[in-house]
Amino acid sequence: MAHVALADKGQELSHPKTWVGMYVWSQDHKVIGIQYIITAIAVGLIALVLSALMRLQLGFPGVFTLIQPNEYYQAVTMHGMIMIIFMLTAFFLGGFGNILIPLMVGARDMAFPYMNMLSYWVYLLSVLVLCASFFVPEGPTGAGWTLYPPQAITEGTAGSDWGIICMTVALGLFVIAFTMGGLNYVTTAFQARTRGMSLMRVPLSVWGIVMATILGLLAFPALLVSVVMMTLDKTLNTSFFIPAISSFGESTGQEGGSPILFQHLFWFFGHPEVYIVALPAFGIVSDLISTHARKNIFGYRMMVWALVAIGGLSFIVWAHHMYVSGMNPYFGFFFATTTLIIAVPTAIKVYNWILTLWEGNIHLTVPMLFAIGFIFTFIHGGITGLFLGNVVVDVPLSDTYFVVGHFHMVMGVSPFLVLFGGIYHWYPKLTGRLLNDTMGKIHFWVTFLGTYAIYLPMHYIGILGVPRRYYAMGTTEFLPDSVATVNASITIAALIVGTVQLLFIVNIVWSLFKGKQAGSNPWRATTLEWQTPDTPPKHGNWGPELPIVYRWAYSYSVPGAKEDYIPQNEVPSENSKHEEST
Amino acid sequence: MAIAIIIILLVIGSVIFHFMSPWYFTELASNWGAIDATVTITFVVCGIVFVATNLFMAYCIIRFRNKSKDQRAKYEPENKKLEGWLIVVTTIGVVAMLAPGLIVWGKFVSPPENAAIVEAIGQQWQWSFRFPGEDGELGKVDAKKINIDNPFGMNDEDPYGQDDILIAGNEVHIPLGQPVKFLLRSKDVLHNFTVPQFRVKMDLVPGMVPWLWLTPTRTGTFEILCEELCGIGHHTMRGKVVVEEEEDFQAWLAQQPTYAQLSAQQPGDAVTGKALYAVCSACHGLEGEGNQALNAPKISGQEDWYIKRQLSYFKHGIRGANPQDTFGQQMAPMAATLADETAINNIAAYIQSLPDKPATQTVSGDARNGKKLYVTCSKCHGKQAKGKWAVNAPRIAGMSDWYMATQLKNFKQGIRGAHPQDVTGRQMESMVLSLNDEKIDDLIAYINTL
Repeated sequence: MAHVALADKGQELSHPKTWVGMYVWSQDHKVIGIQYIITAIAVGLIALVLSALMRLQLGFPGVFTLIQPNEYYQAVTMHGMIMIIFMLTAFFLGGFGNILIPLMVGARDMAFPYMNMLSYWVYLLSVLVLCASFFVPEGPTGAGWTLYPPQAITEGTAGSDWGIICMTVALGLFVIAFTMGGLNYVTTAFQARTRGMSLMRVPLSVWGIVMATILGLLAFPALLVSVVMMTLDKTLNTSFFIPAISSFGESTGQEGGSPILFQHLFWFFGHPEVYIVALPAFGIVSDLISTHARKNIFGYRMMVWALVAIGGLSFIVWAHHMYVSGMNPYFGFFFATTTLIIAVPTAIKVYNWILTLWEGNIHLTVPMLFAIGFIFTFIHGGITGLFLGNVVVDVPLSDTYFVVGHFHMVMGVSPFLVLFGGIYHWYPKLTGRLLNDTMGKIHFWVTFLGTYAIYLPMHYIGILGVPRRYYAMGTTEFLPDSVATVNASITIAALIVGTVQLLFIVNIVWSLFKGKQAGSNPWRATTLEWQTPDTPPKHGNWGPELPIVYRWAYSYSVPGAKEDYIPQNEVPSENSKHEEST
Repeated sequence: MAIAIIIILLVIGSVIFHFMSPWYFTELASNWGAIDATVTITFVVCGIVFVATNLFMAYCIIRFRNKSKDQRAKYEPENKKLEGWLIVVTTIGVVAMLAPGLIVWGKFVSPPENAAIVEAIGQQWQWSFRFPGEDGELGKVDAKKINIDNPFGMNDEDPYGQDDILIAGNEVHIPLGQPVKFLLRSKDVLHNFTVPQFRVKMDLVPGMVPWLWLTPTRTGTFEILCEELCGIGHHTMRGKVVVEEEEDFQAWLAQQPTYAQLSAQQPGDAVTGKALYAVCSACHGLEGEGNQALNAPKISGQEDWYIKRQLSYFKHGIRGANPQDTFGQQMAPMAATLADETAINNIAAYIQSLPDKPATQTVSGDARNGKKLYVTCSKCHGKQAKGKWAVNAPRIAGMSDWYMATQLKNFKQGIRGAHPQDVTGRQMESMVLSLNDEKIDDLIAYINTL
């Protein structure tokens, strides 16, 4: 089937004429992507500060007197929700998705630029509503990022009046924003690819982002309905999730609802959400490794099918978050089996990343360091997931610091390393300048080693039995004093890692003015975004003619070729016919 | 190159850390050794994968790092045979972990027929327990029937409930070697019943009755922790399981009241109480208005259940035993003169009848800051600081403010609340960690405005 590039049909793109039209109410996917990234970083910094407050409390209880118990639980909640939804999801899909999809598939813009713009502004609104909850009476909700009712809406939790409503409204807005953006990403990737860009020639970054978006489009509605139902339980005293209970000795007047129903809905969203963050990281890291190892990604087709398989399976594993929730324990057999099956396609991805390094020509650039760091942290976080996915092994570890260590390694540190690597990699395309190498290396080493010093010991105090979400341990007989020592050392490591992130922000700003000129393709990469006529690419990306694609995205070190890379759109010469047929 | 060396060091370091770390499972106290075994199997399989993949990666980096300008990578899009083998090996590893896991889970879902039934009840932020009594059946309960006279929500009309043994404290005893099936009931929100030494845990969910079972294998006292976030006092929701020999257990159980016995209890008698109060009035005043000069707080207007509990604590050395608690030490011998529980009930009944006049305010601070600090307190003590019986939180508005300041400092320094049997005091101890003298003044200044 011949491809029709949507952007080249019908009317021309309307170019903005004012500064405001170009940078504020912009419909250019690259500007929208940058808007997403700046907002996500800003809100991520709030979450970072919250984690520092929590760590000071946990590492030195009673010393700093910075936060009261209510504020601790509020910090726990906001840190988690911001990082997962408003930072990582928004960054990978709204940020990288926006910037990379049209450039990598050879489109002039997203399929629906106006809706794309709207998506960002609704996202910003959701962030503002979320941040507003810091200023309402009692502050934000302290229900934990999982927002389990009845606790989220009963009196014993901080922010159970105003805070929780701000949260549900912010989440509702986020889902709307995501849906508008997500429909765009999928439509663009499937319908606006340029001539020659068959699905099996699309770079893995796009595959990862698109698969994650499809998961999001299917999973976020479950979150939306659950927060709507909970809002009704709160405001109209309906009983979707609330059975007959006695809150502080007084009946709430509700009966018949099921708290477990909320958990099923939440995790039907929540588990795919893990992959919504992970799959773009998988895709991006594949491209980083391939480019900087100057070698084709190993087993491209298997990588694509592994992404699809992981995405599909992620919808039938959700209840592994609920092994000790009180649901029928027989479900454990099914969900443990499906969960461990996911390990197979995931392991294939890890093998293929490493096998891409095998017989490569590895350039240890800053993006490559982050990519290698990611493989290490992801292996670590992945195998601890095998503990928690296997129902009976999960039982003693569930709700302890083992879980905190696990998910921070697998969906905190790992995606963040890819996110940083991606910024170091693509920053030159967006600005024309390279990020500073020395600052980049310091950022990498402190982050990589520091986070391991934070999270490795957490697994072990979790096995010992230290529960998560405790403002203070108080006197607990089975815990040796060494637990307090390790908690203090974790806090110190966390403060160092947190501080070095400021260096990263300094680097971004400094390099904007002082960074080395990058040229159009500093990494000598094959994919289309590096072949634009202008750097940074102008509105419309490609000048008068769309690029035509002749080969897959991984023609590195092809035997007989003059250079060690052949751009996807380079016209094949006579004597390179033997080249790949993919 | 550095990255490869660091990865090798991290792998070696992690393995050493695993074996040298002082933090691993607590000593097992139940039949669930099989769970520990599955964890060990998982560690072995995953450990091999962790070491092998990372070392291979480090090797690749060292061997294939860019060394010269002419270096070229090998062009190899795929290798179906290799990929096939990797899938097979991974699948074997997964099966090796999953199969034993599912077999052990099969045991978890089938509690033995002879398991004894104990109900563990959670509420914000306490534990209580119920045994089925002689008839072996638990009576019906209803969250809507819960009130100050019926905290368990027992259904009066259900004959099975009359002989149920009700444990209002946070400590339960179970016999050694006897399989026990804990039925888990929550009155309000989600909680979780965890005893680390038993390995198994399960949530308490209002509206349904989840369960878990275990056979205790050694005697001792083990801490129950709530491990499902249940609000602001989550970390203070602790209990105790005492595992003891059968005869000790029976002796303990025989002392616990049944529902019928509890419902038949007489309320305190204020008239008799008045005579007993004569001693108290010397310091606390004729009308219980308190006397700062004698360090005696106002007691009129205080909830009777709180007065009863504190008198009992003083009497039994749970409060006022710490040598640093000067005034508590004065109170303890006074409370010891009360003969028994009836005397305590009577005196509390008399104090209830005294006129309640707001205490003089002596503490000054920044009430606006205090309002922010009070959010945590308000969850138990109420937005108006009138107290809540359901959480054992006394009234604090309109009471002696200088006394509260002293008590908050005592809690923070572990002078009050450190006694293992002072369940609620211990909760206060870990709620006030982030207060200092200045914040305490601000907080009390705000409470004074209520």
